[in-house]
Amino acid sequence: MTRVKALPFLLLLAITPLLSGCQWVVMSPSGYIAEQQKNLILIATGLMLLIIVPVMILTVLFAWKYRQSNKQADYDPDFHHSTKLEFAIWGAPIAIILVLGTVTWIATHRLDPYRPLTDIGPNTPVPAGVEPLRVQVVSLDWKWLFIYPEYDIATINELVAPVDRPIAFTITSSNLMNSFFVPALAGQIYAMAGMQTQLHAVVNEPGVFKGFSSNYTGHGFSYMHFKFHGVSDSEFDAWVAKARAADDVLTRSVYLDVERPSEGDPVRYFSRVDPGLFELIVNMCVPEGSRCMRDLMHDNSNRISGLGRMGNPEALAAARLEKALAADALCTPEVPQGLTLAGLSTPTSAFSAIKIFSE
Amino acid sequence: MALDSNLQQLLFGRLTLEALPLHEPIVVVTFVGVALGGIAVLGALTYFRLWGYLWHEWFTSVDHKKIGIMYIVLGIVMFLRGLADAIMLRLQQAIASGGSEGYLNAHHYDQIFTAHGVIMIFFVAMPLVTGLMNYVMPLQIGARDVAFPFLNNLSFWLTTSGAVLVMISLFVGEFAQTGWLAYPPLSGIDNSPWVGVDYYLWSLQIAGVGTTLSGINLIVTIVKMRCPGMHYMRMPIFTWTSLCTNILIVATFPILTAVLALLTLDRYVGTHFFTNDGGGNPMMYVNLIWIWGHPEVYILVLPAFGIFSEVVATLSGKRLFGYTSMVYATACITILSYIVWLHHFFTMGAGATVNTFFGITTMIISIPTGAKIFNWLFTMYKGRIRFEVPMYWSIGFMLTFVVGGMTGVLLAVPPADFVLHNSLFLVAHFHNTIIGGVVFGLFAGLVYWFPKMFGFRADPFVGKIAFWCWQIGFWVAFMPVYILGLMGVTRRLSQFDDTSLQPLFITAAVGAGLIGIGTLALVGQFAVGFLRRKDPAYADTTGDPWNGRTLEWATSSPPPAYNFAFTPVAHDIDAWWDMKKRGYSRPLTGFVPVHMPHNTGMGVVLAGLATVLGFALIWHIWWLVVVAFVTLIGTAIAHTFNYNRDYYIPAAEVAAIEDNRTRLLAGKVTS
Repeated sequence: MTRVKALPFLLLLAITPLLSGCQWVVMSPSGYIAEQQKNLILIATGLMLLIIVPVMILTVLFAWKYRQSNKQADYDPDFHHSTKLEFAIWGAPIAIILVLGTVTWIATHRLDPYRPLTDIGPNTPVPAGVEPLRVQVVSLDWKWLFIYPEYDIATINELVAPVDRPIAFTITSSNLMNSFFVPALAGQIYAMAGMQTQLHAVVNEPGVFKGFSSNYTGHGFSYMHFKFHGVSDSEFDAWVAKARAADDVLTRSVYLDVERPSEGDPVRYFSRVDPGLFELIVNMCVPEGSRCMRDLMHDNSNRISGLGRMGNPEALAAARLEKALAADALCTPEVPQGLTLAGLSTPTSAFSAIKIFSE
Repeated sequence: MALDSNLQQLLFGRLTLEALPLHEPIVVVTFVGVALGGIAVLGALTYFRLWGYLWHEWFTSVDHKKIGIMYIVLGIVMFLRGLADAIMLRLQQAIASGGSEGYLNAHHYDQIFTAHGVIMIFFVAMPLVTGLMNYVMPLQIGARDVAFPFLNNLSFWLTTSGAVLVMISLFVGEFAQTGWLAYPPLSGIDNSPWVGVDYYLWSLQIAGVGTTLSGINLIVTIVKMRCPGMHYMRMPIFTWTSLCTNILIVATFPILTAVLALLTLDRYVGTHFFTNDGGGNPMMYVNLIWIWGHPEVYILVLPAFGIFSEVVATLSGKRLFGYTSMVYATACITILSYIVWLHHFFTMGAGATVNTFFGITTMIISIPTGAKIFNWLFTMYKGRIRFEVPMYWSIGFMLTFVVGGMTGVLLAVPPADFVLHNSLFLVAHFHNTIIGGVVFGLFAGLVYWFPKMFGFRADPFVGKIAFWCWQIGFWVAFMPVYILGLMGVTRRLSQFDDTSLQPLFITAAVGAGLIGIGTLALVGQFAVGFLRRKDPAYADTTGDPWNGRTLEWATSSPPPAYNFAFTPVAHDIDAWWDMKKRGYSRPLTGFVPVHMPHNTGMGVVLAGLATVLGFALIWHIWWLVVVAFVTLIGTAIAHTFNYNRDYYIPAAEVAAIEDNRTRLLAGKVTS
């Protein structure tokens, strides 16, 4: 039975030569967020090996020692209970999970993709006066659209960001559910139609990295990848200038054309973007004359408030929600005066949208 | 002309000659192979005049043992299909590198991985688990059958009906290209307009009815039909895990039924439960399907845990260590499995606190699971371990499953999941737990209970070949997949630009090939056993070939239709061991007539009608939908007026069967 035990390690040894030259990007990332996620993987694996390795050794040891042919070994067919052992076999996993659970609690909050970055490296806070680069990401069938609202440019299938400057992604989808993922940069987050998710990250090393959709979306899925370039500030400015020189502009009608399903699209630049295009995409009202989700939701919520005056408890709850929304509790950098119902109707996440319905 | 096309649509719905995939050479060749094989089998059945035997002794049987065996046969047949899919996928991935398209186009490839997942979970793992529960559990509790024998037969045939629809989709139309859980909006009518998703929906709905009914049946059996003296805390662990699994089935399968029904409404009548527009929310589907989907994992693995508990205790010649803690661990897992579903989509954008909650509940499941592993470990401690084939699978499981458990806990840490989710690391993880846990457990159980089912053993040498091919094949097939995940490769891709990945994919394909050989050996061990069944080294005349501990070993192999001539009485955990220790002697006289249920062909008829109904719904053949539905309901109601349901096996016949066994046992003693 020892062969069984040794197998994984022998296999790893056998495979290692195949790997020389390949990069395990998840284990050697280039962004601070992904770096911390890698460290977490190592810590968690180490903690669990504390219990896995002894179990594997004991399994082989007991299987060998108590084999039928070994008449020297003790045989005690009625040994079936030991309070001390029971404490150990429940206690050991509990102890490991207590530690790992604590690590998880801390890490999940610190690495919450919605939390704006405070550091761009170990003990390196974001320099004063540096604003995050805002990038609006839209997954189309089957390509990626990146809008840079501060620079009024957009690209298809190419993402460029300066090294050591925080990036604030807001992410949505035109139709299918994708997952926006650049393994070298940070973990992934879903891109969902009619909803908006967020991701904060930073790239610390210049280079060209793979980005792709990590959630299967049908026919063109295998081709739905892009290159992410980490560049210096001056290279970034040059790249912005190049995009600004492009002939194409991204108007609402051009977007509707780009949105149509296609596979393996080349990189494309747009020198101007219709203002508020991203909000229109999130609210699924890019076609002229179509009704935006935020207005639909606003009307629905007004209708419910109207019912409240007739003593409907559900509607009272809705009215209470409206009041709460008017308070400062929901201030965000984008809406410093606090979220009004109309402001909120750009859903900030899947959950806020669900909350509105359920409350 | 217009009239013609209208008439055609009225008669055949969406079904036209174009629905036959004649343009796909791979499918055509497969079809020819299946057709020739099918004709050969049908011809052989006719030539050897086996139709009557099959119909009277098997298809219409309400005997839990025969139904159990039919479930297992269904599972193994579908396993061959699922494995063929797996090997095709691995070949494609090994070939399609650096600009090569491979030999499968996206439309075909996407169907194959969807079918692979659906078949392996619903039509391989579920039938094998249900089959073993069906066969073994009533024997373990000293019962004569399950609580509702006809319902059992119907459940089996409904499951088969679902499998038949999936198989039809290979040759008529297409199967879903959505992944095995068919997330909307991809599975919605706008993005998947043709029949693939409809095949998926209706085959799972029909099979799901069978599974739910079977769950109810087995729960009632355990609660109401235990022999005298067998309290809950004396039930064999396999029976305990069966109870917990069936509770999970009854509590979760209705959620699956409901969520699939809502998706069906979206597709058929234009509702907006899960669409992007009209107030629909696709993420609600994702939540609901995983509220079923996560317990489903435990539905499969708990019985496997039960099998290991039986095998390790019996083949170590020792009582199971920590019976009580094993029972509580099983119950903990049952309850906890309901509150972890969100870990399948931490990346949806829930807040950190929500993610942490589900991450930590997931980790907590590893505590009772870890306790179980230790219990098996200390059952081996101070035992006398016989290295029979089931023990190989058990030790292989303990060494393999802990690694899958570890990577599972790793994926439960939300920030780690953000970089590992949907990657090949995840694929390697769940194959590690399902193959290393469920499949190894089922194979251990099949070999362990095989002599009980047929009266002769499977061949141990071929069985060990099967074990080593699977064990080595698993690591060769999935270690590269773990590594590919860490290299940032996502799942369900059919093309890979990066040629540096190719060696790893080729290694994985070699591993899949080894598993394929292991599967041949797996079936081969039963075939070799059959050929040598008269050989005393193979024949089991005692009914107790492993020196067993639980009641199924108290009766003959195979057991008579009535299982036990006299209902046994349990005085301890491991009732049969206790009886043997206290010098139990088999009663040789005083037999009484045994009350038994009648066979009925109604299960086959109802499931056949359900298959027709499903097919008509898939292809929008509305007149046939109406006819099949009305006939189905009418036949079911008519069957309730069938009062010819039971009969008695006369005492003389019971005595003859038991005397025969007495002679067999005596023969064994003299040899």
